[in-house]
Amino acid sequence: MASYASRRRNSTIVMGLCLAATGIGVVWLFLILFSLLVNGIPGLTLAVFTEMTPPPGEHGGGLLNAIFGSVLMTVLGVGIGAPIGILAGTYLAEYGRHSKLTPVIRFINDILLSAPSIIIGLFVYGAVVVPMRSFSAVAGSIALAVIVIPVVVRTTEDMLLLVPNTLREAASALGLPRSFVIRRVAYRAARAGLITGVLLAVARVGGETAPLLFTVLSNQFWSANLLKPMANLPVTINNFINNPDANWKQLAWTGALLITVAVLSLNITARIFGASKDGR
Amino acid sequence: MTTISDTTKHLDMAASSDRARVLKSLALSDKVFAFATRAAAYAVLLLLAGIILSLIAGAWPAMKAFGFEFLITRRWAPQLEPEPVLGALAPIYGTLVSSFIAMLIAVPFGLGIAIFLTELCPHAIRRPIRLAIELLAGIPSIIYGMWGFFVLGPFLANHIEPSIVAAVANIPVLNSIFSGEMVSNLSLFNASLILAIMILPFITAIAVDVFSTVPPVLKEAAYGIGCTTWEVVNNVVLPFTRVGVVGGVMLALGRALGETMAVTFIIGNSFKISGSIFAPGTTISAAIASEFAESEGLHQSALILLGLLLFVLTFIVLASARFMLMRLEKRAGA
Repeated sequence: MASYASRRRNSTIVMGLCLAATGIGVVWLFLILFSLLVNGIPGLTLAVFTEMTPPPGEHGGGLLNAIFGSVLMTVLGVGIGAPIGILAGTYLAEYGRHSKLTPVIRFINDILLSAPSIIIGLFVYGAVVVPMRSFSAVAGSIALAVIVIPVVVRTTEDMLLLVPNTLREAASALGLPRSFVIRRVAYRAARAGLITGVLLAVARVGGETAPLLFTVLSNQFWSANLLKPMANLPVTINNFINNPDANWKQLAWTGALLITVAVLSLNITARIFGASKDGR
Repeated sequence: MTTISDTTKHLDMAASSDRARVLKSLALSDKVFAFATRAAAYAVLLLLAGIILSLIAGAWPAMKAFGFEFLITRRWAPQLEPEPVLGALAPIYGTLVSSFIAMLIAVPFGLGIAIFLTELCPHAIRRPIRLAIELLAGIPSIIYGMWGFFVLGPFLANHIEPSIVAAVANIPVLNSIFSGEMVSNLSLFNASLILAIMILPFITAIAVDVFSTVPPVLKEAAYGIGCTTWEVVNNVVLPFTRVGVVGGVMLALGRALGETMAVTFIIGNSFKISGSIFAPGTTISAAIASEFAESEGLHQSALILLGLLLFVLTFIVLASARFMLMRLEKRAGA
């Protein structure tokens, strides 16, 4: 067996490598944020929030229609997806706890959770865009909802399973029907966790681009018509960034900064929310 | 006397009919709620069935036109007259190779970070470091694409890759893998590196989780007989958590295979199979993202068929990942 000194040395070397890996791993976040700040802040004016996307070659303009579209579609997507996800998660954790189908649904849900988002785009294109014969904000919202559902199912189930059974039994002993036990007791006990799940889902779809590329397309102008293509931040960034037009490129960087800041703050908020529950 | 008892009797009757009505409405809402949750749970199953069916329906014309040849044809010529020639070999090759290189980079780093976090890290800075790594998973894919396109790609092509090319110029196999003929901002390697950064948080998070399932007693026993930190990790922690680590790695691989926007920006979207990893290439998802909106007919159907292939591929990888993680959970529960 090797001498103690050489074993110590080996250990120090490997642990040094682990430390180095951590250093390198942490650096990326700051490099990316730094690039976004340097390139995005110069374009951050009030006009970004008050004016429409400009035609190519023109000065000025903003991202108002794109921001509006993104917020609207995210709200719609989460509005459709979150209730379905919460109900399905409730089934897995409460009614279907001993059903044979539950492990299957959980398994399928986990697969959907990690399925490539571009596949979701293809699915919604085939299932919504083609029958409606038009790219539309509705199709985009449905694509986002499909991404939201598995995220919310997972967190809902996990959080409901953390609620102690004694709470449910106490409520049942008072004669409350099952659905009231779930809605008035289990949901309330798991509220922070459920909200965390929904926030994480919003953060997940807030920056999604791939499923929107061929479901909503984008729109140069203001549109609130849900049945027509609608401007949205990710696709606008995608279209603007590869254009030689300097104004467009600047708007794309500013949009990227906005999206990243929004998504990361949602992530952090969700974590704080989740952590405050653990600490209690 | 009789009148009083009569009144209470009436009241009782009224109360019991109220009670019956309330109970009935409770029972109804109970049933509705139970039904709604069940329906939503089945909707998850329907979603998967819907995705598979809609992909097969969309891909059907291409399947009929190209058959098995689709998988082994290198050429991708959607504009060819009279009939387009479309083969999936180049995107499949790009998908597999870029994910493979990304895993080669990300797995050692991810495990190293997890070992640091669980074995060495002072408690006070553990959470901030975990947060900084995990927030990487929150950054939208398109931001990675922009950053790779404008910052990382040019940096690698100007400062790093030429020296690698020079260093291996006279070594037989390596000089074709790291060929310098077309070092550019857009290449398979640059895409792989971006992918590695993107999947790093997934590997780290799962590795930290499974490392912390190791009973402290086992580690303490190993330390007690004089093991060094690395020996404890190598002989106790890693063997104990092997299944979980492999599961986490497969989960990350599933992500890498399907990653779209970042890769589309930086891989160069060229349907050529080049031996050099510094040459542009394409992946299944990049091909779909860059061509789908302007495609029609057989071309579009071929892209959907590519999507179906990708879905089958990721399904197999993710399913095996879940099986492994489930096995670990069962063991931990027992």
